[in-house]
Amino acid sequence: MIIEGKAIVYDRDNINTDEIIPARYLSTSDPDQLAIHCMEDLDKDFLENKKALAADILVTGSNMGCGSSREHAPIAIKHAGIKAVVAPSYARIFFRNAINTGLAIFECKDPGFFECVKNGHALRLDADGGFIEDASAGRRFEIQKMPPFLQEIIGIGGLVPFARALSKRGE
Amino acid sequence: MGMTIAEQILAAKCGRTSIGPGEFVLASVDVALANDITAPLAIKTFEQVGTGKVFDENKIALVLDHFTPNKDIASANQSKFVREFARKHKIVHFWDTGTVGIEHCLLPEQGIVAPGDLVVGADSHTCTYGALGAFATGMGSTDLGVAFALGKAWLKVPETIKFVYSGELRPWVSGKDLILHTIGEIGVEGANYKAMEFTGPTIDALDMAGRFTMCNMAIEAGGKAGIMNPDKKTEEYIKGRVSREYKVYKSDPDAVYSDTIEVDCSHLEPQVSFPHLPSNAKPISEVSAMRIPVDQVVIGSCTNGRIEDLRVAAGIMKGRKVHEGVRCVVLPGTQRVSLEAIKEGLFETLVGANCAVTTPTCGPCLGGHSGILAKGERAVSTTNRNFIGRMGDTSSEIYLASPAIAAATAVKGYICSPDDLETTTKVARKQ
Ligand code: SF4
Repeated sequence: MIIEGKAIVYDRDNINTDEIIPARYLSTSDPDQLAIHCMEDLDKDFLENKKALAADILVTGSNMGCGSSREHAPIAIKHAGIKAVVAPSYARIFFRNAINTGLAIFECKDPGFFECVKNGHALRLDADGGFIEDASAGRRFEIQKMPPFLQEIIGIGGLVPFARALSKRGE
Repeated sequence: MGMTIAEQILAAKCGRTSIGPGEFVLASVDVALANDITAPLAIKTFEQVGTGKVFDENKIALVLDHFTPNKDIASANQSKFVREFARKHKIVHFWDTGTVGIEHCLLPEQGIVAPGDLVVGADSHTCTYGALGAFATGMGSTDLGVAFALGKAWLKVPETIKFVYSGELRPWVSGKDLILHTIGEIGVEGANYKAMEFTGPTIDALDMAGRFTMCNMAIEAGGKAGIMNPDKKTEEYIKGRVSREYKVYKSDPDAVYSDTIEVDCSHLEPQVSFPHLPSNAKPISEVSAMRIPVDQVVIGSCTNGRIEDLRVAAGIMKGRKVHEGVRCVVLPGTQRVSLEAIKEGLFETLVGANCAVTTPTCGPCLGGHSGILAKGERAVSTTNRNFIGRMGDTSSEIYLASPAIAAATAVKGYICSPDDLETTTKVARKQ
């Protein structure tokens, strides 16, 4: 799996699920409605900034997605048009929820990447090779490799569609 | 290179001979567990997957323990939904009012979990089964629904922290005190993502009840799993309970750990964790000097609801009464625990001391029913969480402790040790 896109960077640790999708919008589980309020309490202009940068790879600080166990958070990010998230670490439940709802999510342990990457940088993620390239800076960093089954879960849109496909194949 | 017990089990469950921390695996599960709160969502996911049948009716456990006997119409409907699913799919390990116990006491007792198993449960305290040498971890209802259909779950292999406990425990010091002290030392995020492997001579000397209590609270330090290497005591415990085949795994001598933490237990006192985090642990001598009065005492739950726990509590209550300002609720872990407690006369002692003994249920542990706290009330509880509002009103307070401390507190009316009780307590509460 190769993901290419431009970066939108929030250099902050512990971005919580309330900032990603405030609880006041949880009366709906419609992904497109959630997407409209994505990251609202972190940056009320998130969607506009994202559009201005033509960005679709979200880069954040560590312990990304801490807080509640709501699946709405990765759903909002995904449906806001984010193709992948890169952070040094994630809250455990957010990580699971992201995979299970089909949001590509990568851990990068190299602090060099976070120093180098800036808003609008062109990035290229290679899930098999286990690296991320910052083409704008001409540098390459290691990310966590993703085994084929995990890429398939993300590619097919989450755990349930993946399970459906597995059972059809008789695995 | 050597592997920890956790790595060996996960390697075996995805058909590999070696595996390392950080790797993702799609593993076969031996037991998939859900309760009356989480099973309905898992069942809905199962239906979306569309296999039409469960992967193995012997390997799914459905336990109606949280809001049962059903406390209201909504919980009755939830239970009914799960019951119908269990009947339709001929789920062997389905537990309903009358046979049910608190899931994490029940599954080991009934021999449903064996050493070397991979257990996934839609309940965060699934980690309890690590005491049997199984890898057991909590997941979401979606994961469980998929596990019901396919018998598979994805996991990231955790790093392991090794804890080495040494020294003989002083009187009244139990597994609960070891784990409260440990969480106090490393904090509620001290073992995030990681497996906590509990080892050392003190663990070897600990009974199975104490081991379950310790593994039960691994999640309270952020742990993905708590785990212990099976020994003679494990074998004795599962004899006559587990009837299927299983494989025992033990950590290699050259296994690699992310950290090793040594704990000298010889001077450890009973611990009390103050509101509102399990990591706020203090030694009892400090606490009893503070004379903190309580309104309620809860003895039991999946943390401390085993017969050994009730024996300790009843031993302290014998010939004494619950203090007149205190309500003491006792939650036995399972029906078998209740029966045994009746046979041994423990219920006679506890009821005689003015404790309210309930049927096996989670009840007040999660603020469900049967002992909810009012505004500003304070409780000592042998459960595992003292978060804000966990047992009732958000202004109430929970202090976590062992059955010994809880029972002594119930008698005295303020948080104290059994050593603080006079040999004959005169209490004027009327029957
Ligand atoms: S007793 Fe408490 S912690 Fe244990 S399973 Fe029930 S609600 Fe959860």
